[in-house]
Amino acid sequence: MKVRKHIYKNGRICTFAHSHIVKLNIMAYSDKVIDHYANPKNVGTLDKSKNNVGTGLVGAPECGDVMRLQIEVDEVSGVIRDAKFKTFGCGSAIASSSLATEWLKGKTVDQAMAIDNMDIVEELNLPPVKIHCSVLAEDAIKAAINDYRVKNGLPELVEEKKVH
Amino acid sequence: MELNLPIYLDNNATTPMDPRVLDAMIPYFTEKFGNAASRNHSFGWVAEEAVDYAREQVAKLIGADPKEIIFTSGATEADNLAIKGIYEMYASKGDHIITCTTEHKAVLDTCKHIETLGGHVTYLPVQADGLVDLAELEKAITPKTILIAIMYGNNETGVIQPIREISQIARKHGVLFFTDGTQAVGKVPVDVNADGIDLMAFSAHKMYGPKGVGALYVRRKNPRVKVTSQMDGGGHERGMRSGTLNVPAIVGFGKACELCMNEMEAESKRLSKLRDKLEQGLLVLEEAYVNGTPEHRLPHTANISFKYVEGEGLMMGFNKNIALSSGSACTSASLEPSYVLKALGLGDDLAHSSLRFGLGRFTTEEQVDYTIAAVKETVLKLREMSPLWEMFQEGIDLDKIEWAHH
Repeated sequence: MKVRKHIYKNGRICTFAHSHIVKLNIMAYSDKVIDHYANPKNVGTLDKSKNNVGTGLVGAPECGDVMRLQIEVDEVSGVIRDAKFKTFGCGSAIASSSLATEWLKGKTVDQAMAIDNMDIVEELNLPPVKIHCSVLAEDAIKAAINDYRVKNGLPELVEEKKVH
Repeated sequence: MELNLPIYLDNNATTPMDPRVLDAMIPYFTEKFGNAASRNHSFGWVAEEAVDYAREQVAKLIGADPKEIIFTSGATEADNLAIKGIYEMYASKGDHIITCTTEHKAVLDTCKHIETLGGHVTYLPVQADGLVDLAELEKAITPKTILIAIMYGNNETGVIQPIREISQIARKHGVLFFTDGTQAVGKVPVDVNADGIDLMAFSAHKMYGPKGVGALYVRRKNPRVKVTSQMDGGGHERGMRSGTLNVPAIVGFGKACELCMNEMEAESKRLSKLRDKLEQGLLVLEEAYVNGTPEHRLPHTANISFKYVEGEGLMMGFNKNIALSSGSACTSASLEPSYVLKALGLGDDLAHSSLRFGLGRFTTEEQVDYTIAAVKETVLKLREMSPLWEMFQEGIDLDKIEWAHH
Protein backbone atom coordinates (compact mmCIF):
# COMPACT_ATOMS: atom_id res chain seq x y z
CA MET A 1 0.00 0.00 0.00
CA LYS A 2 1.42 3.34 -1.04
CA VAL A 3 0.58 6.43 0.92
CA ARG A 4 0.23 9.41 -1.33
CA LYS A 5 0.83 12.85 0.07
CA HIS A 6 -0.96 15.82 -1.33
CA ILE A 7 0.28 19.26 -0.41
CA TYR A 8 -2.22 22.03 -0.93
CA LYS A 9 -1.21 25.53 -1.98
CA ASN A 10 -1.90 26.85 1.49
CA GLY A 11 0.64 24.42 2.89
CA ARG A 12 -1.84 21.95 4.28
CA ILE A 13 -1.00 18.31 3.81
CA CYS A 14 -3.32 15.39 3.28
CA THR A 15 -2.19 11.83 2.89
CA PHE A 16 -4.15 9.25 1.00
CA ALA A 17 -3.76 5.55 1.04
CA HIS A 18 -3.46 5.00 -2.66
CA SER A 19 -3.88 1.86 -4.64
CA HIS A 20 -4.47 0.97 -8.23
CA ILE A 21 -8.09 0.27 -7.48
CA VAL A 22 -9.10 3.89 -7.32
CA LYS A 23 -12.48 3.39 -8.92
CA LEU A 24 -14.60 2.71 -5.93
CA ASN A 25 -17.93 1.11 -6.23
CA ILE A 26 -19.80 2.55 -3.30
CA MET A 27 -22.37 -0.18 -3.55
CA ALA A 28 -19.52 -2.46 -2.53
CA TYR A 29 -19.49 -1.25 1.06
CA SER A 30 -19.47 -4.14 3.47
CA ASP A 31 -22.60 -4.91 5.46
CA LYS A 32 -20.82 -3.79 8.61
CA VAL A 33 -20.02 -0.39 7.13
CA ILE A 34 -23.58 -0.01 5.94
CA ASP A 35 -24.88 -0.96 9.38
CA HIS A 36 -22.66 1.54 11.20
CA TYR A 37 -23.66 4.21 8.69
CA ALA A 38 -27.37 3.52 9.09
CA ASN A 39 -27.22 3.00 12.86
CA PRO A 40 -24.14 4.79 14.12
CA LYS A 41 -23.17 3.99 17.70
CA ASN A 42 -22.34 6.70 20.21
CA VAL A 43 -22.87 9.83 18.15
CA GLY A 44 -22.61 12.84 20.37
CA THR A 45 -20.63 15.23 22.45
CA LEU A 46 -19.02 14.94 25.89
CA ASP A 47 -18.25 17.95 28.05
CA LYS A 48 -14.71 18.76 27.02
CA SER A 49 -14.21 21.10 29.97
CA LYS A 50 -14.25 18.14 32.31
CA ASN A 51 -10.87 16.93 33.45
CA ASN A 52 -11.61 13.28 32.78
CA VAL A 53 -12.73 13.88 29.19
CA GLY A 54 -10.20 13.63 26.38
CA THR A 55 -10.98 15.02 22.92
CA GLY A 56 -9.26 14.16 19.65
CA LEU A 57 -10.03 16.18 16.53
CA VAL A 58 -8.23 14.93 13.43
CA GLY A 59 -8.44 15.35 9.67
CA ALA A 60 -9.35 18.51 7.80
CA PRO A 61 -12.39 19.73 5.89
CA GLU A 62 -10.28 20.13 2.75
CA CYS A 63 -9.39 16.46 2.85
CA GLY A 64 -13.02 15.45 3.09
CA ASP A 65 -12.66 13.82 6.52
CA VAL A 66 -12.85 15.28 10.01
CA MET A 67 -13.26 13.05 13.05
CA ARG A 68 -13.88 14.11 16.59
CA LEU A 69 -13.59 11.35 19.14
CA GLN A 70 -14.08 11.81 22.87
CA ILE A 71 -13.46 9.55 25.83
CA GLU A 72 -14.60 9.86 29.42
CA VAL A 73 -12.27 8.07 31.79
CA ASP A 74 -13.11 6.70 35.24
CA GLU A 75 -10.47 8.40 37.35
CA VAL A 76 -10.20 5.57 39.83
CA SER A 77 -10.00 2.55 37.55
CA GLY A 78 -8.56 4.22 34.44
CA VAL A 79 -11.28 2.54 32.40
CA ILE A 80 -13.01 4.40 29.56
CA ARG A 81 -16.58 4.79 30.75
CA ASP A 82 -18.02 6.50 27.74
CA ALA A 83 -16.97 7.37 24.21
CA LYS A 84 -18.65 9.61 21.64
CA PHE A 85 -17.90 10.67 18.10
CA LYS A 86 -18.91 13.06 15.40
CA THR A 87 -17.53 12.61 11.90
CA PHE A 88 -17.63 14.57 8.66
CA GLY A 89 -16.74 12.12 5.92
CA CYS A 90 -17.70 9.18 3.81
CA GLY A 91 -19.49 6.06 5.02
CA SER A 92 -16.22 4.31 5.86
CA ALA A 93 -15.05 7.23 7.97
CA ILE A 94 -18.34 7.26 9.86
CA ALA A 95 -18.20 3.48 10.35
CA SER A 96 -14.54 3.55 11.48
CA SER A 97 -15.24 6.12 14.16
CA SER A 98 -18.50 4.46 15.24
CA LEU A 99 -16.65 1.15 15.62
CA ALA A 100 -13.81 2.87 17.49
CA THR A 101 -16.21 4.23 20.12
CA GLU A 102 -17.68 0.76 20.60
CA TRP A 103 -14.23 -0.72 21.11
CA LEU A 104 -13.09 2.05 23.46
CA LYS A 105 -15.83 1.62 26.02
CA GLY A 106 -14.70 -0.65 28.83
CA LYS A 107 -11.03 -0.58 27.85
CA THR A 108 -8.34 0.98 29.98
CA VAL A 109 -6.49 3.89 28.45
CA ASP A 110 -3.45 1.67 27.91
CA GLN A 111 -5.51 -0.97 26.15
CA ALA A 112 -7.09 1.71 24.01
CA MET A 113 -3.66 2.96 22.99
CA ALA A 114 -3.01 -0.45 21.42
CA ILE A 115 -5.93 -0.30 18.97
CA ASP A 116 -4.44 -0.59 15.52
CA ASN A 117 -6.00 0.79 12.36
CA MET A 118 -5.59 -2.57 10.64
CA ASP A 119 -7.95 -4.10 13.21
CA ILE A 120 -10.58 -1.63 12.01
CA VAL A 121 -9.81 -2.42 8.37
CA GLU A 122 -10.29 -6.10 9.08
CA GLU A 123 -13.44 -5.72 11.13
CA LEU A 124 -15.13 -3.44 8.59
CA ASN A 125 -13.64 -5.11 5.54
CA LEU A 126 -12.49 -1.74 4.19
CA PRO A 127 -11.22 -1.63 0.60
CA PRO A 128 -7.70 -0.25 -0.02
CA VAL A 129 -8.94 3.24 -0.96
CA LYS A 130 -10.60 3.51 2.43
CA ILE A 131 -7.68 2.52 4.64
CA HIS A 132 -7.04 6.20 5.36
CA CYS A 133 -10.37 6.26 7.22
CA SER A 134 -9.07 3.65 9.66
CA VAL A 135 -5.78 5.52 10.05
CA LEU A 136 -7.76 8.62 10.91
CA ALA A 137 -9.76 6.70 13.53
CA GLU A 138 -6.58 5.40 15.14
CA ASP A 139 -5.15 8.92 15.16
CA ALA A 140 -8.36 10.21 16.75
CA ILE A 141 -8.13 7.62 19.52
CA LYS A 142 -4.52 8.55 20.25
CA ALA A 143 -5.29 12.27 20.11
CA ALA A 144 -8.14 11.82 22.59
CA ILE A 145 -5.95 9.79 24.95
CA ASN A 146 -3.17 12.35 24.78
CA ASP A 147 -5.59 15.17 25.43
CA TYR A 148 -6.76 13.30 28.52
CA ARG A 149 -3.16 12.66 29.62
CA VAL A 150 -2.06 16.28 29.19
CA LYS A 151 -5.12 17.48 31.11
CA ASN A 152 -4.10 15.20 33.95
CA GLY A 153 -0.47 16.22 34.01
CA LEU A 154 0.87 13.16 32.20
CA PRO A 155 3.30 13.36 29.28
CA GLU A 156 1.97 12.78 25.77
CA LEU A 157 2.55 9.33 24.37
CA VAL A 158 4.39 9.45 21.09
CA GLU A 159 4.33 6.41 18.90
CA GLU A 160 6.52 5.77 15.89
CA LYS A 161 4.03 6.03 13.06
CA LYS A 162 4.06 3.02 10.85
CA VAL A 163 3.64 3.37 7.13
CA HIS A 164 0.86 1.30 5.64
CA MET B 1 -48.28 8.33 -11.22
CA GLU B 2 -46.31 5.63 -9.53
CA LEU B 3 -42.75 6.15 -8.46
CA ASN B 4 -40.12 4.20 -10.34
CA LEU B 5 -37.02 3.27 -8.35
CA PRO B 6 -34.09 3.50 -8.65
CA ILE B 7 -34.10 7.07 -9.88
CA TYR B 8 -31.50 8.03 -12.47
CA LEU B 9 -30.29 11.60 -11.98
CA ASP B 10 -26.91 11.30 -13.66
CA ASN B 11 -27.97 12.30 -17.16
CA ASN B 12 -24.86 14.45 -17.59
CA ALA B 13 -22.82 11.25 -17.47
CA THR B 14 -24.96 9.44 -19.98
CA THR B 15 -28.61 9.23 -20.95
CA PRO B 16 -30.76 6.15 -21.45
CA MET B 17 -31.42 5.51 -25.11
CA ASP B 18 -34.84 6.57 -26.31
CA PRO B 19 -36.75 3.45 -27.47
CA ARG B 20 -37.58 5.27 -30.72
CA VAL B 21 -33.84 5.55 -31.38
CA LEU B 22 -33.36 1.84 -30.84
CA ASP B 23 -36.21 1.06 -33.24
CA ALA B 24 -34.52 3.10 -35.94
CA MET B 25 -31.18 1.36 -35.38
CA ILE B 26 -32.23 -2.28 -35.31
CA PRO B 27 -32.49 -3.01 -39.06
CA TYR B 28 -28.94 -1.74 -39.54
CA PHE B 29 -27.49 -4.47 -37.34
CA THR B 30 -29.03 -7.29 -39.34
CA GLU B 31 -30.56 -7.10 -42.80
CA LYS B 32 -29.16 -3.63 -43.65
CA PHE B 33 -25.62 -4.45 -42.57
CA GLY B 34 -23.73 -3.02 -45.56
CA ASN B 35 -20.56 -0.95 -45.47
CA ALA B 36 -21.43 2.65 -46.31
CA ALA B 37 -18.22 2.82 -48.34
CA SER B 38 -19.20 -0.08 -50.64
CA ARG B 39 -20.08 1.87 -53.74
CA ASN B 40 -20.79 -0.99 -56.11
CA HIS B 41 -23.73 -2.90 -54.66
CA SER B 42 -27.09 -2.32 -53.06
CA PHE B 43 -25.99 -3.31 -49.53
CA GLY B 44 -23.51 -0.45 -49.58
CA TRP B 45 -26.01 1.97 -51.13
CA VAL B 46 -28.58 1.24 -48.46
CA ALA B 47 -26.04 1.91 -45.73
CA GLU B 48 -24.76 5.04 -47.43
CA GLU B 49 -28.26 6.37 -47.82
CA ALA B 50 -28.93 5.79 -44.13
CA VAL B 51 -25.73 7.61 -43.18
CA ASP B 52 -26.57 10.51 -45.50
CA TYR B 53 -30.00 10.81 -43.95
CA ALA B 54 -28.56 10.72 -40.42
CA ARG B 55 -25.99 13.33 -41.41
CA GLU B 56 -28.83 15.62 -42.46
CA GLN B 57 -30.68 15.02 -39.18
CA VAL B 58 -27.54 15.80 -37.18
CA ALA B 59 -26.67 18.87 -39.26
CA LYS B 60 -30.20 20.25 -39.00
CA LEU B 61 -30.16 20.20 -35.21
CA ILE B 62 -27.19 22.60 -35.14
CA GLY B 63 -28.02 24.62 -38.25
CA ALA B 64 -25.10 23.19 -40.24
CA ASP B 65 -24.67 21.81 -43.74
CA PRO B 66 -24.54 17.97 -43.79
CA LYS B 67 -21.12 18.15 -45.45
CA GLU B 68 -19.80 19.85 -42.33
CA ILE B 69 -20.47 16.83 -40.09
CA ILE B 70 -17.59 14.42 -39.44
CA PHE B 71 -18.72 11.30 -37.59
CA THR B 72 -16.42 10.09 -34.83
CA SER B 73 -16.53 7.56 -32.01
CA GLY B 74 -17.73 10.21 -29.58
CA ALA B 75 -17.05 13.65 -28.21
CA THR B 76 -13.63 12.75 -26.81
CA GLU B 77 -12.40 11.77 -30.25
CA ALA B 78 -14.00 14.88 -31.75
CA ASP B 79 -12.25 17.07 -29.13
CA ASN B 80 -8.93 15.42 -29.97
CA LEU B 81 -9.47 15.72 -33.70
CA ALA B 82 -10.41 19.39 -33.44
CA ILE B 83 -7.55 20.52 -31.24
CA LYS B 84 -4.75 18.32 -32.58
CA GLY B 85 -6.06 18.65 -36.12
CA ILE B 86 -6.09 22.46 -35.98
CA TYR B 87 -2.69 22.56 -34.27
CA GLU B 88 -1.18 20.55 -37.11
CA MET B 89 -3.10 22.14 -39.96
CA TYR B 90 -2.42 25.73 -38.90
CA ALA B 91 1.17 25.24 -37.72
CA SER B 92 2.46 27.81 -40.17
CA LYS B 93 0.12 30.43 -38.72
CA GLY B 94 0.87 29.90 -35.05
CA ASP B 95 1.05 27.53 -32.14
CA HIS B 96 -1.01 29.15 -29.39
CA ILE B 97 -4.33 27.84 -28.10
CA ILE B 98 -6.60 29.47 -25.51
CA THR B 99 -8.88 27.34 -23.37
CA CYS B 100 -10.26 27.53 -19.83
CA THR B 101 -9.79 25.65 -16.57
CA THR B 102 -13.32 24.22 -16.37
CA GLU B 103 -13.14 22.35 -19.67
CA HIS B 104 -13.69 18.62 -19.85
CA LYS B 105 -10.56 16.47 -19.48
CA ALA B 106 -10.84 15.50 -23.14
CA VAL B 107 -10.01 19.13 -23.97
CA LEU B 108 -7.59 19.85 -21.11
CA ASP B 109 -5.54 16.70 -21.57
CA THR B 110 -5.43 17.20 -25.33
CA CYS B 111 -4.12 20.72 -24.69
CA LYS B 112 -1.49 19.29 -22.36
CA HIS B 113 -0.47 16.95 -25.13
CA ILE B 114 -0.13 19.94 -27.47
CA GLU B 115 2.23 21.50 -24.93
CA THR B 116 4.45 18.42 -25.00
CA LEU B 117 4.66 18.91 -28.78
CA GLY B 118 6.01 22.42 -28.22
CA GLY B 119 2.71 24.30 -28.53
CA HIS B 120 1.60 27.00 -26.11
CA VAL B 121 -1.68 26.92 -24.23
CA THR B 122 -3.33 29.58 -22.08
CA TYR B 123 -5.73 28.18 -19.48
CA LEU B 124 -8.07 31.04 -18.62
CA PRO B 125 -9.49 31.06 -15.11
CA VAL B 126 -13.26 31.41 -14.73
CA GLN B 127 -15.08 33.85 -12.48
CA ALA B 128 -16.95 32.75 -9.35
CA ASP B 129 -20.10 32.30 -11.43
CA GLY B 130 -18.27 29.89 -13.74
CA LEU B 131 -18.16 32.25 -16.72
CA VAL B 132 -15.08 33.17 -18.70
CA ASP B 133 -14.04 36.82 -18.44
CA LEU B 134 -14.30 38.14 -22.01
CA ALA B 135 -11.78 40.93 -21.45
CA GLU B 136 -9.26 38.39 -20.16
CA LEU B 137 -9.96 36.20 -23.16
CA GLU B 138 -9.29 39.03 -25.59
CA LYS B 139 -6.15 40.01 -23.72
CA ALA B 140 -4.81 36.46 -24.02
CA ILE B 141 -4.91 36.53 -27.83
CA THR B 142 -1.49 36.91 -29.46
CA PRO B 143 -0.46 37.02 -33.13
CA LYS B 144 0.40 33.33 -32.70
CA THR B 145 -3.08 32.32 -31.47
CA ILE B 146 -4.78 29.84 -33.80
CA LEU B 147 -7.64 28.50 -31.69
CA ILE B 148 -9.98 29.38 -28.84
CA ALA B 149 -11.45 26.25 -27.24
CA ILE B 150 -14.23 27.07 -24.79
CA MET B 151 -17.04 24.66 -23.97
CA TYR B 152 -20.70 25.46 -24.56
CA GLY B 153 -22.26 24.11 -21.34
CA ASN B 154 -20.36 22.70 -18.41
CA ASN B 155 -20.88 19.07 -17.46
CA GLU B 156 -20.64 19.62 -13.71
CA THR B 157 -22.30 22.97 -13.13
CA GLY B 158 -24.36 23.36 -16.31
CA VAL B 159 -22.98 26.89 -16.77
CA ILE B 160 -23.37 28.11 -20.37
CA GLN B 161 -20.51 30.27 -21.61
CA PRO B 162 -21.20 33.48 -23.59
CA ILE B 163 -20.64 31.66 -26.89
CA ARG B 164 -21.68 34.48 -29.23
CA GLU B 165 -19.48 37.03 -27.50
CA ILE B 166 -16.55 34.63 -27.53
CA SER B 167 -16.99 33.89 -31.23
CA GLN B 168 -17.14 37.60 -32.01
CA ILE B 169 -13.83 38.11 -30.26
CA ALA B 170 -12.36 35.16 -32.15
CA ARG B 171 -13.63 36.53 -35.49
CA LYS B 172 -12.30 39.98 -34.77
CA HIS B 173 -8.80 38.59 -34.28
CA GLY B 174 -8.95 36.01 -37.07
CA VAL B 175 -8.76 33.13 -34.60
CA LEU B 176 -10.79 29.92 -35.03
CA PHE B 177 -13.36 29.06 -32.36
CA PHE B 178 -13.94 25.49 -31.23
CA THR B 179 -16.55 24.56 -28.64
CA ASP B 180 -17.26 21.29 -26.86
CA GLY B 181 -21.01 21.16 -27.21
CA THR B 182 -21.47 17.73 -25.64
CA GLN B 183 -23.78 18.82 -22.82
CA ALA B 184 -25.56 21.58 -24.73
CA VAL B 185 -26.51 20.15 -28.13
CA GLY B 186 -30.01 18.73 -27.99
CA LYS B 187 -30.71 20.46 -24.67
CA VAL B 188 -30.60 24.12 -25.69
CA PRO B 189 -30.80 25.67 -29.17
CA VAL B 190 -27.35 25.61 -30.75
CA ASP B 191 -26.88 27.20 -34.16
CA VAL B 192 -23.36 27.16 -35.55
CA ASN B 193 -23.98 30.17 -37.75
CA ALA B 194 -25.84 32.38 -35.30
CA ASP B 195 -23.36 31.35 -32.58
CA GLY B 196 -20.31 31.86 -34.82
CA ILE B 197 -18.86 28.41 -34.12
CA ASP B 198 -16.10 27.12 -36.40
CA LEU B 199 -15.75 23.65 -34.90
CA MET B 200 -17.92 21.79 -32.41
CA ALA B 201 -17.70 18.38 -30.76
CA PHE B 202 -20.80 16.55 -29.54
CA SER B 203 -21.98 13.08 -28.73
CA ALA B 204 -25.06 10.89 -29.19
CA HIS B 205 -25.23 9.24 -25.79
CA LYS B 206 -25.83 12.55 -23.99
CA MET B 207 -28.99 13.09 -26.01
CA TYR B 208 -30.74 9.72 -25.73
CA GLY B 209 -28.75 8.16 -28.57
CA PRO B 210 -26.30 5.25 -28.50
CA LYS B 211 -22.81 5.27 -27.01
CA GLY B 212 -19.80 5.07 -29.29
CA VAL B 213 -20.78 7.73 -31.79
CA GLY B 214 -20.33 11.47 -31.93
CA ALA B 215 -19.47 14.18 -34.39
CA LEU B 216 -17.18 17.05 -35.10
CA TYR B 217 -18.73 19.96 -36.91
CA VAL B 218 -16.14 21.58 -39.18
CA ARG B 219 -17.13 24.84 -40.89
CA ARG B 220 -16.81 24.82 -44.67
CA LYS B 221 -17.56 28.46 -45.50
CA ASN B 222 -16.57 31.81 -44.00
CA PRO B 223 -14.00 30.64 -43.14
CA ARG B 224 -13.29 27.25 -44.67
CA VAL B 225 -11.78 25.23 -41.83
CA LYS B 226 -9.65 22.12 -42.20
CA VAL B 227 -8.24 19.73 -39.65
CA THR B 228 -5.41 17.29 -40.13
CA SER B 229 -6.68 13.75 -39.80
CA GLN B 230 -5.68 11.93 -36.61
CA MET B 231 -6.81 8.57 -37.92
CA ASP B 232 -5.38 7.56 -41.27
CA GLY B 233 -6.75 4.93 -43.59
CA GLY B 234 -9.48 4.74 -46.18
CA GLY B 235 -10.12 8.46 -46.36
CA HIS B 236 -13.64 8.37 -44.94
CA GLU B 237 -15.39 11.54 -43.77
CA ARG B 238 -13.74 13.75 -46.39
CA GLY B 239 -10.35 12.43 -45.37
CA MET B 240 -10.60 13.85 -41.87
CA ARG B 241 -11.52 10.62 -40.08
CA SER B 242 -10.83 7.25 -41.63
CA GLY B 243 -12.54 4.11 -40.42
CA THR B 244 -15.61 2.17 -41.52
CA LEU B 245 -18.67 4.10 -40.45
CA ASN B 246 -20.63 2.73 -37.49
CA VAL B 247 -23.87 2.71 -39.48
CA PRO B 248 -26.39 1.56 -36.82
CA ALA B 249 -24.99 4.02 -34.27
CA ILE B 250 -24.97 6.84 -36.81
CA VAL B 251 -28.59 6.07 -37.71
CA GLY B 252 -29.41 6.20 -33.99
CA PHE B 253 -27.50 9.47 -33.59
CA GLY B 254 -29.52 10.95 -36.44
CA LYS B 255 -32.79 9.81 -34.93
CA ALA B 256 -31.78 11.15 -31.51
CA CYS B 257 -31.03 14.54 -33.08
CA GLU B 258 -34.37 14.57 -34.87
CA LEU B 259 -36.19 13.84 -31.60
CA CYS B 260 -34.28 16.60 -29.81
CA MET B 261 -35.06 18.99 -32.64
CA ASN B 262 -38.78 18.28 -32.31
CA GLU B 263 -39.01 18.02 -28.54
CA MET B 264 -36.30 20.30 -27.17
CA GLU B 265 -38.47 23.30 -26.59
CA ALA B 266 -41.11 21.49 -24.55
CA GLU B 267 -38.56 19.26 -22.86
CA SER B 268 -36.27 22.06 -21.73
CA LYS B 269 -39.23 23.95 -20.29
CA ARG B 270 -40.38 20.86 -18.41
CA LEU B 271 -36.90 20.05 -17.14
CA SER B 272 -36.00 23.55 -16.04
CA LYS B 273 -39.26 23.64 -14.07
CA LEU B 274 -38.43 20.32 -12.41
CA ARG B 275 -34.84 21.41 -11.81
CA ASP B 276 -36.00 24.64 -10.19
CA LYS B 277 -38.41 22.67 -8.02
CA LEU B 278 -35.58 20.38 -6.94
CA GLU B 279 -33.33 23.32 -6.23
CA GLN B 280 -35.90 25.29 -4.27
CA GLY B 281 -36.81 22.17 -2.34
CA LEU B 282 -33.21 21.63 -1.30
CA LEU B 283 -32.21 25.24 -0.73
CA VAL B 284 -34.60 25.44 2.20
CA LEU B 285 -31.78 23.68 4.03
CA GLU B 286 -29.41 26.05 5.79
CA GLU B 287 -25.94 26.45 4.30
CA ALA B 288 -26.84 24.97 0.94
CA TYR B 289 -25.47 26.74 -2.12
CA VAL B 290 -25.92 26.46 -5.88
CA ASN B 291 -22.61 26.25 -7.72
CA GLY B 292 -22.38 28.23 -10.96
CA THR B 293 -24.52 31.08 -12.18
CA PRO B 294 -28.25 30.28 -12.16
CA GLU B 295 -28.82 32.79 -14.98
CA HIS B 296 -26.86 31.04 -17.72
CA ARG B 297 -27.37 27.36 -17.20
CA LEU B 298 -28.42 24.18 -18.93
CA PRO B 299 -32.06 23.48 -18.09
CA HIS B 300 -31.49 20.03 -16.61
CA THR B 301 -28.46 20.52 -14.36
CA ALA B 302 -28.12 21.60 -10.75
CA ASN B 303 -24.96 21.48 -8.67
CA ILE B 304 -25.47 22.10 -4.98
CA SER B 305 -23.07 22.11 -2.03
CA PHE B 306 -24.42 21.12 1.36
CA LYS B 307 -21.91 22.62 3.73
CA TYR B 308 -20.57 20.52 6.62
CA VAL B 309 -21.51 17.16 5.11
CA GLU B 310 -19.32 15.15 2.78
CA GLY B 311 -20.64 14.22 -0.66
CA GLU B 312 -19.87 10.52 -0.66
CA GLY B 313 -21.24 10.02 2.83
CA LEU B 314 -24.31 11.90 1.65
CA MET B 315 -24.82 9.72 -1.39
CA MET B 316 -24.53 6.60 0.72
CA GLY B 317 -27.74 7.65 2.43
CA PHE B 318 -29.79 7.18 -0.72
CA ASN B 319 -27.65 5.61 -3.40
CA LYS B 320 -29.71 2.45 -3.43
CA ASN B 321 -32.60 4.47 -4.79
CA ILE B 322 -31.05 7.54 -6.39
CA ALA B 323 -28.13 7.62 -8.82
CA LEU B 324 -26.21 10.86 -9.02
CA SER B 325 -22.68 12.26 -8.89
CA SER B 326 -20.70 14.04 -6.23
CA GLY B 327 -17.84 16.49 -6.60
CA SER B 328 -16.22 14.79 -3.66
CA ALA B 329 -12.98 12.97 -4.02
CA CYS B 330 -13.70 9.43 -3.17
CA THR B 331 -16.38 8.76 -5.74
CA SER B 332 -14.41 9.75 -8.80
CA ALA B 333 -11.30 8.20 -10.29
CA SER B 334 -9.06 10.70 -8.55
CA LEU B 335 -9.00 11.31 -4.84
CA GLU B 336 -9.13 15.06 -5.16
CA PRO B 337 -12.35 17.02 -5.27
CA SER B 338 -13.75 18.41 -8.50
CA TYR B 339 -11.32 20.71 -10.33
CA VAL B 340 -14.29 22.41 -11.97
CA LEU B 341 -15.76 23.49 -8.64
CA LYS B 342 -12.33 24.52 -7.39
CA ALA B 343 -11.91 26.65 -10.52
CA LEU B 344 -15.06 28.52 -9.44
CA GLY B 345 -13.18 29.44 -6.30
CA LEU B 346 -14.87 26.91 -4.02
CA GLY B 347 -12.74 25.67 -1.17
CA ASP B 348 -11.98 21.97 -1.07
CA ASP B 349 -14.47 21.64 1.78
CA LEU B 350 -17.36 22.95 -0.33
CA ALA B 351 -16.27 20.92 -3.33
CA HIS B 352 -16.31 17.81 -1.12
CA SER B 353 -19.86 18.69 -0.09
CA SER B 354 -21.37 18.93 -3.56
CA LEU B 355 -23.90 16.87 -5.45
CA ARG B 356 -24.65 17.09 -9.16
CA PHE B 357 -28.21 16.48 -10.25
CA GLY B 358 -28.65 15.74 -13.95
CA LEU B 359 -32.30 15.48 -14.94
CA GLY B 360 -33.41 13.96 -18.21
CA ARG B 361 -36.20 13.12 -20.62
CA PHE B 362 -37.46 10.30 -18.42
CA THR B 363 -37.28 12.09 -15.06
CA THR B 364 -40.70 12.48 -13.45
CA GLU B 365 -42.01 14.96 -10.93
CA GLU B 366 -42.60 12.09 -8.47
CA GLN B 367 -38.92 11.21 -8.72
CA VAL B 368 -37.93 14.81 -8.05
CA ASP B 369 -40.20 14.94 -5.00
CA TYR B 370 -38.73 11.70 -3.70
CA THR B 371 -35.21 13.02 -4.26
CA ILE B 372 -35.88 16.27 -2.41
CA ALA B 373 -37.16 14.34 0.60
CA ALA B 374 -34.36 11.75 0.60
CA VAL B 375 -31.53 14.26 0.20
CA LYS B 376 -32.95 16.58 2.83
CA GLU B 377 -33.35 13.76 5.32
CA THR B 378 -29.80 12.53 4.78
CA VAL B 379 -28.26 16.00 5.01
CA LEU B 380 -30.02 16.61 8.32
CA LYS B 381 -29.01 13.21 9.65
CA LEU B 382 -25.37 13.65 8.68
CA ARG B 383 -25.22 17.16 10.07
CA GLU B 384 -26.27 15.78 13.44
CA MET B 385 -23.22 13.56 13.08
CA SER B 386 -20.88 16.27 11.77
CA PRO B 387 -18.39 17.93 14.12
CA LEU B 388 -18.12 20.80 11.62
CA TRP B 389 -21.85 21.46 11.79
CA GLU B 390 -21.65 21.52 15.59
CA MET B 391 -18.79 24.01 15.47
CA PHE B 392 -20.66 26.14 12.95
CA GLN B 393 -23.70 26.14 15.24
CA GLU B 394 -21.48 27.26 18.11
CA GLY B 395 -20.22 30.13 16.00
CA ILE B 396 -16.68 28.80 15.63
CA ASP B 397 -14.87 30.03 12.52
CA LEU B 398 -13.66 26.83 10.87
CA ASP B 399 -11.08 28.70 8.83
CA LYS B 400 -9.32 29.76 11.99
CA ILE B 401 -8.88 26.24 13.32
CA GLU B 402 -5.46 24.70 13.11
CA TRP B 403 -6.47 21.34 11.66
CA ALA B 404 -4.36 18.42 12.81
CA HIS B 405 -3.34 17.30 9.38
CA HIS B 406 -3.30 13.77 8.53
